[in-house]
Amino acid sequence: MTTVLATELLTVLTLNQYLLVSAVLFTVGLVGFLARRNLIVMFLCTELMFQAGAIAFIAFSRFHLEVSGQVFVIFILTVAAAEAALALALVVLLYRRKETLNAELWSELRE
Amino acid sequence: MIPALHNLQFLQPKLLPLAMVDHHHADPVAFPIAHAIEAMSWAGWILWLPMISLVLCGACAALRIRNKLPAIITVLSLAGSFFVTLLLYLNYHEPVTIHLFEWFNIAVGDGNSFVAAFSLYVDKLTLLWMLFVTGLSCLIALYASEYMEADLKSGYARFFAGVSVFVFAMSSLVMGDNLLMLYLGWEGVGFASYWLIGYYYQKPSAVAAAKKAFIVNRIGDLGLALGLYLTWHHFGTIQYTEIFAAIQHGVDAEHGETGGWYIKYIPFMLMLGAFGKSAQLPLYVWLPDAMEGPTPVSALIHAATMVTAGVYLLCRMYPLLEALHPLALPTVAWIGGLTALLAATIGMAQFDIKRIMAYSTVSQLGYMFLGVGVMTTYGGAYHVFTHAFFKAVLFLTCGAIMHGFAGQLDLRKVSGLTKMPGWRIVSWTMFYACLCLVGFPYISSGFYSKDMIMAQAFISHGPGFTALGVIALVTALMTAYYTFRVWFRVCLGPVQYEMGDEHHGDDEHGDDHHGHDKPHAPRWAINTTLLIITLGAIASIVLYYTHWGQDMVAGSSAGGGVPSAHHGETHGFWDDPHTWMPWVASITTVVGIIIAWFFHLAKREAADQLKAILLANPIIRWLPTAMENKWYVDELYHAVIRAPLWIGGHILYWLDMNLLDFAIVDGIAHLPRWLGRAFRPLHNGILQSYAVSMAGGIGLVALLVLFMPRILQWLGGGG
Repeated sequence: MTTVLATELLTVLTLNQYLLVSAVLFTVGLVGFLARRNLIVMFLCTELMFQAGAIAFIAFSRFHLEVSGQVFVIFILTVAAAEAALALALVVLLYRRKETLNAELWSELRE
Repeated sequence: MIPALHNLQFLQPKLLPLAMVDHHHADPVAFPIAHAIEAMSWAGWILWLPMISLVLCGACAALRIRNKLPAIITVLSLAGSFFVTLLLYLNYHEPVTIHLFEWFNIAVGDGNSFVAAFSLYVDKLTLLWMLFVTGLSCLIALYASEYMEADLKSGYARFFAGVSVFVFAMSSLVMGDNLLMLYLGWEGVGFASYWLIGYYYQKPSAVAAAKKAFIVNRIGDLGLALGLYLTWHHFGTIQYTEIFAAIQHGVDAEHGETGGWYIKYIPFMLMLGAFGKSAQLPLYVWLPDAMEGPTPVSALIHAATMVTAGVYLLCRMYPLLEALHPLALPTVAWIGGLTALLAATIGMAQFDIKRIMAYSTVSQLGYMFLGVGVMTTYGGAYHVFTHAFFKAVLFLTCGAIMHGFAGQLDLRKVSGLTKMPGWRIVSWTMFYACLCLVGFPYISSGFYSKDMIMAQAFISHGPGFTALGVIALVTALMTAYYTFRVWFRVCLGPVQYEMGDEHHGDDEHGDDHHGHDKPHAPRWAINTTLLIITLGAIASIVLYYTHWGQDMVAGSSAGGGVPSAHHGETHGFWDDPHTWMPWVASITTVVGIIIAWFFHLAKREAADQLKAILLANPIIRWLPTAMENKWYVDELYHAVIRAPLWIGGHILYWLDMNLLDFAIVDGIAHLPRWLGRAFRPLHNGILQSYAVSMAGGIGLVALLVLFMPRILQWLGGGG
């Protein structure tokens, strides 16, 4: 039943609408990344941007009836999962060093 | 003997138009050309002995030997050289070349070759020169053994090594049988001169003088090198025997035209070399400064021997000068005459006795060139010979005074030397040498040699030769004045002296017998040398009467310049300059001596008064000032040559520093740094700014992709 519903929905919804969602999601992520200083929030924002990309991939994949877009999404999810593990571990370590999550305090890492 | 006063033809200038220059001398004179012989290679020891001495003196310097051993080695080896020369003279029959070893033998192109063997060309001119070169070198080395003893601890061996290398080079110059050996010796004596002028290398003026001598000589040497090359280019050889043979086969000016445009420059190129080495007019400025060297060096190199190398070159190449250009010899004569006059005017106004002697050397060298130029190589070469002796004595006596009075050379500050104990030999040998220099009638050697030159100037036909004779007479008057100015001031008059401030060497402490408050008289080595060389000067008079000198020059390549015997029929006193010249010259000389006697002995204050009067007169004030300042020639050269070079050098330095170094070399190295500095603000460590850049970059790319078709369309439409 759900497949029927999805099919119906897709027949109703156009590609542009999916892309719009993707763009909004990406923008939210980007603005969040630029505006916030909390390392965990910034990390979540990057995840948002990933997912925005994934939505665009899937939408195009379905639009062109071509599966390779969905394959890419599988890869994206895998990379995102690995990255989440790594990034969160890093954030924990950084927090232990400075007792804060403010990204600005780590600008000396440029050296 | 009363001169026919109505007959004053000699006063009328015999200026001939150029086309009428008497060409009878241009016919190649058949002088005997040397032929090669196998034997007599022992003559090479004249060169090898100074070479050995050089090596041994160098070893003494390396082993820090602090006694007189280097002097003993040098004196003995130079004495050996002299005796070998004497043996060669006694065994001499005819001009020969003696082969020592192969040197250069290079095949050049089609059948030509460049051959220069290490061979000796022995004719009488060679012997004339070598006899006084080796003899005087040996005696002056003996003198120097005492003179330089204050430097026993520092430069004694270095000094004698320099003297040895000089004698080797001078022998090679005089004895070589080709122009390349002459060139080797030419550069060698220049190097030895540089070495010895700069002997007191801690004295800035000595270093500057050494550099000046070397650099000014380079200009002349360039001429010699070009002359050598052009000679080879034209004759296909630089060996004297073959050049002379070619000349005798008739390569005169007319035939020369077919030999290429450069052939007429050969004499002038060789001349330029001679002017440099012998301190003639454009290039004489180095010689007075060369007096910074130790006095034995001034006597040996810068008065008696090395500076006569130019005269030797002209005598040796005399057939070439005669044949290749009609104006070659007149140029030599004019340069010589003008140099003699100019140097004499400067010498009159100096106070440093050694410098006065230096200018008198320049002046006398001018006489020698005048002699060669007016076609009496005999007069020129004979004057070289007599001058070598008396000028050596003059310099050595100056040196003795300088040595005894702690470097005092100002003629106003030493007086009455004849009355001081222990100075009799110095002052009276100096007196005799002064007589020779001024050409005092009959009892001095300079009288004979100088008269020969001056008389010949009136006899030979050439552009302005008579005027040159008058110039030479005026110069003789000046010479008499400035020479006896020195002698009357220094040797006669009340006993007064002021010690100089020179510390010989560095031994101020210890048993220093160079006290700075009392003069010390010379000892045996200096006195003996002075006496022997003075005897040599007297002996050269005898050589005149026995026609030895004439014989020596006549049989050589310079034989073309030996006037043949007088044609006999002398109508009146004034007809033959050889008759009246002794009288005129004698009167001139005596007048000069009397003027000097009046101003510098009888009434010394009159000289100061005269000078004050001259300086007070605004119209002629420049004359004594200019003379005392050496006619500002150094300043002129400074303004015309040194200053532009200095300015150009600084401009190039500035360009080098700012354009090449800063803009190009450093610029390339700094470019990455500047780029890095420009982009460094991007790398600020703030995470968000990186993100903004990335987002902005993505945005830009997106825009570009969006509008690319339109941009391409616009570009294509516009193009």
